[in-house]
Amino acid sequence: MKSFFRMTYPYILWIALFVVAPMIMILLYAFTKDGGNRTLIFRFTLDNFIRFFQDPTFTKVLLTSLRIALITTVFCILIGYPAALIIANLPERLQTLMVLLLTLPMWINMLLKTYAWRGILNDFTLNSEIKVFIGMVYDFLPYMIIQIHTAIAKMDRDLLTAAYDLGANRWKTFLKVTLPLSVPGIISGITLVFLPAVSSFVIPKLLGGGDYVLIGNLIETFFISTGDWNFGSAISLVMALIIIASMWVTRKLDRNAQTE
Amino acid sequence: MERKKKSLGFFFSRGYLLLVLLFIYLPIAYVVVFSFNSSKSLTNFTGFSLQWYENMFKDRTMLESIRTTVVVAVIATAVSTVIGTVTAIGLSKARPLIRAMVLETNNLPVLNPDIVTAIGMMLLFIVPGVQLSMTTLVIAHITFCTPYVILTIMPKLRQLDDNVAEAAMDLGASPFKALTKVILPQIYPAILSGALIAFSMSFDDFVISFFTAGVGINNISMYVYSMKRYNPSVNALSTLIVVVVTLILVLVNVIPHFRDKKIKREDPET
Repeated sequence: MKSFFRMTYPYILWIALFVVAPMIMILLYAFTKDGGNRTLIFRFTLDNFIRFFQDPTFTKVLLTSLRIALITTVFCILIGYPAALIIANLPERLQTLMVLLLTLPMWINMLLKTYAWRGILNDFTLNSEIKVFIGMVYDFLPYMIIQIHTAIAKMDRDLLTAAYDLGANRWKTFLKVTLPLSVPGIISGITLVFLPAVSSFVIPKLLGGGDYVLIGNLIETFFISTGDWNFGSAISLVMALIIIASMWVTRKLDRNAQTE
Repeated sequence: MERKKKSLGFFFSRGYLLLVLLFIYLPIAYVVVFSFNSSKSLTNFTGFSLQWYENMFKDRTMLESIRTTVVVAVIATAVSTVIGTVTAIGLSKARPLIRAMVLETNNLPVLNPDIVTAIGMMLLFIVPGVQLSMTTLVIAHITFCTPYVILTIMPKLRQLDDNVAEAAMDLGASPFKALTKVILPQIYPAILSGALIAFSMSFDDFVISFFTAGVGINNISMYVYSMKRYNPSVNALSTLIVVVVTLILVLVNVIPHFRDKKIKREDPET
């Protein structure tokens, strides 16, 4: 059986080169200064980060990205939770059909769907942020519904019967049994919505027009147009750290909720 | 009284689901309808025509982008499915510490925002002087597809009974034979779904392709992104993709259903 382990060598080599090395490159670039001519000068500096946090235009973009990702996530939960609950109470065949209907659009290219929204929203005079918000909720809602539905569907139905038998009404049963047991589904839903929403740069570009800039667009600008890779790397590092931190907090909340 | 309350809730909940479905299918209905529009209007349906389909097949850049998308997706799916399967099997026999380390690293492209993976790869290629090209694009796609293949196959491998492969080897089968005759047939469905996920990830990717493809190489997403003005031919393309995706999903979900039925009919014991 030990010989089987050798089968992993090619992939270990592959991820060392194409997954680990790129991350090291970003770190190197974020903590060094532009050597010009795309060469690295190995002199440690925090200038890129200082520049980011000192300039209000950049911090404003960061806050806007976090705000719209947060609003999107909250709306996905508000719209998605009732839907997931209703689906979980459908007869089994209809449940399968509903999950299939929700999954189908996920397989269709996100850019094409966003492009369609551009056509739909063309005649409406909405401000950029509302358009971006619609596009984001649209794109991420199915993920939230599926995650919450999976959690509710896994639940032991006898618990509900037990709660009713012990005299709890529907509302109390929901609050004390269904809701706590569906928290893991909400958490994985948040992971699948908030994380890509923060870094999204296609939806703001296609629906918000040029004037609506999120952190993803900022990174794109510094890599593609400006060519300041050191600063671009620093911005993406800041973003990645914020995402990791928020995931850590959500997981922690989840664990607390479960031990209660 | 109780019954009336229930039916009210019934209509309310079904109505709510219908609204959510309407929202989710609105853009899909939009592209299908407007792909047959006789004018360039985005909001008025002026009559039926096939001109946008004709335009699409006349548009060299659009056809080229479809070709690039398909070629990259096919290569990336093939390679990542093979590497992913081989690695997952190897990992299932590895020491827990090594397995955990490889899986953690494997998770990086899944958890990292696409744009971080994208710029990391771009730096990795450009800094040592590698020209961005079709090859770098394919390498990038293999890199972000393989983790999903591994993540799909690993849980299935954990359910397998190790003793069956051991027994095969005790009975004289070579490790390779045990692999192909015992392990692979059991995880075959997981390999297929892994391949399907890899294909769709590659087919739909924009961000990573945008940063790792050479000049003049565009996939469908990049082509749509780069368009300055609204082009209704995109609706024709989207409609074709919707049709293909629907067909594939129906096939994937219906075929196993029929097979199960057939097995049940032939062998009522199971």
